[in-house]
Amino acid sequence: MRRRGYLVGAVCVALCTVMLMPLLASVLASVKPTEEAAATPPTYLPHALSLDSYERLWNYQQGLPTYLFNSFGTAVLTIVFTLALTVPAAYALARFRVPAKELVFVVLLLALIVPYQALLTPMFLTFAKVGLTNSLVGLAIVHTAIQLPFSVYVLRNSFAAVPRELEEAAVMDGANSHQALRRVFLPAAFPAVVTVALFAFIMSWNEFLGALVMMSKGSKFTLPLVLAAARTETSLGGTDWGMLQAGITISIVPCVAVYLLLQRYYVSGLMSGAVK
Amino acid sequence: MYRGWRRRWLGLLYLSPALLFVLAFTVLPLAQMGWMSLHNWSLISPPTWVGLDNYTRAFHDRQFWVSFRFTLEYTLLITPILIIGGYLLALLTSGDTMMRRFTRTVLFTPVVIGLGVSSLLWYWLFSTDFGPINALLRDAGVIGEPVVWLGVDADRSLIAITASVVWKVIGFGMVLFIGAIQAIPTEITEASVVDGAGFRQRVTRIILPLTLRTVLLVTLLSVVGSLLAFDQFYIMTAGQPQNQTSTSVFFVYLNSFPYLKLGYGAALSMVLALTILAFTVLQLLLARRSHS
Repeated sequence: MRRRGYLVGAVCVALCTVMLMPLLASVLASVKPTEEAAATPPTYLPHALSLDSYERLWNYQQGLPTYLFNSFGTAVLTIVFTLALTVPAAYALARFRVPAKELVFVVLLLALIVPYQALLTPMFLTFAKVGLTNSLVGLAIVHTAIQLPFSVYVLRNSFAAVPRELEEAAVMDGANSHQALRRVFLPAAFPAVVTVALFAFIMSWNEFLGALVMMSKGSKFTLPLVLAAARTETSLGGTDWGMLQAGITISIVPCVAVYLLLQRYYVSGLMSGAVK
Repeated sequence: MYRGWRRRWLGLLYLSPALLFVLAFTVLPLAQMGWMSLHNWSLISPPTWVGLDNYTRAFHDRQFWVSFRFTLEYTLLITPILIIGGYLLALLTSGDTMMRRFTRTVLFTPVVIGLGVSSLLWYWLFSTDFGPINALLRDAGVIGEPVVWLGVDADRSLIAITASVVWKVIGFGMVLFIGAIQAIPTEITEASVVDGAGFRQRVTRIILPLTLRTVLLVTLLSVVGSLLAFDQFYIMTAGQPQNQTSTSVFFVYLNSFPYLKLGYGAALSMVLALTILAFTVLQLLLARRSHS
């Protein structure tokens, strides 16, 4: 028994090392001086520390602040749209008898099984007509469409789990259904609301293909798009590896920070969305 | 409480924003795609009706079959690795000791990183002259000359990309499996220990059968995800060499955007969406059968 404990421990340490190595390598490469970041063969540990790569990233093309603004802006809009649409919808599905329920269900199911990758061309054409391409609002709409089914599902489950007595007590006190949603359901299902917002943020911050299709102007690029473009762009005859690593590090930090802070919500949300 | 018609119509009212959104941004594009797939259209010239020509053209398009086959190969390669690997990791880390909890957190961390960004990271790790992987392999004496991993040899690119995606998503299946394993009532596992079942027997006779639904679910998610793969191939090989590593979604993207064959792209999207639908229905049927 004791020996098995040591074995598990050793395997765990080895796995953690393998999983963390790529991230560590990228962070280390981002703080190497310019020439060292592009050295052949690469060095394992930086011989000197320097923020040159971050400086170049800061000033790259439209400048890092523009791209951060685009990425954050889209993600925040996605959270707002997702919650505004899915909180009332989940409430209705959990607590009301809706007319034409089967039809409603089929429509929602369609959103769940049709891959958004296949819908991007028609969406792009429509958006181009109404001026929603190269727009954060337009991209946020695409991201909301991706995120909607999962969010409805998670929220519906947790609204359905709110005890009926709580709702009835509020109604006795004269609350209408809207007040009941605000004063009873939202506080009681707060972890689920956080989960949905969290998933919307991470998905939108990371999404690539939709942004690639919708954003053709460089000034509207999100962070992953700029980095993918910078990958093939040459400075002095080659990719600027140091700057690329700085960009990768900056794209990873918000996701990992948010995940580590709200880990419990994230993992339980994932399970309530998938296992049940 | 609200009874009768008021309660019924109020529910629809709450539901209507989401419903209208799905109609506008899923159902409508879907209908539009169906319409486009029956036309020839390149934005410059007006669309002309061609019936099912785009579909028959796809059927005879060698490049379509190359990308479809490549996508299937990728799916068949990565899915077993993710299922078996994820399950083993779940068995390893589903306890409540500090070490296991920490390992679980670390293994899950790449899941929250974007696939695009992780592909860029691995594009660098696998790069021929500047990449740490070649440096490590050479210093360990495994290879002499640097290996060209990406974009020159299709098989080698597939292996490298699969490794990068396994790193990124293995924690996802692991977490779902841990959820399923922990949902097994403790009386059952305790009873089996009393009855003298060893670890291996417990896994094969109790844990695996009772988590079969989750295995099917993760398989479905992995199959659908792999059939729709794009970011990793766009970033790490851009379909090279000679479009041998272009996936189905990549092929649709190429035809729709750079080439502007909108009708043809729509027909390809339609085929892709139907393939996904077929897999989903198949898996749901299997899941229902395993449940009863």
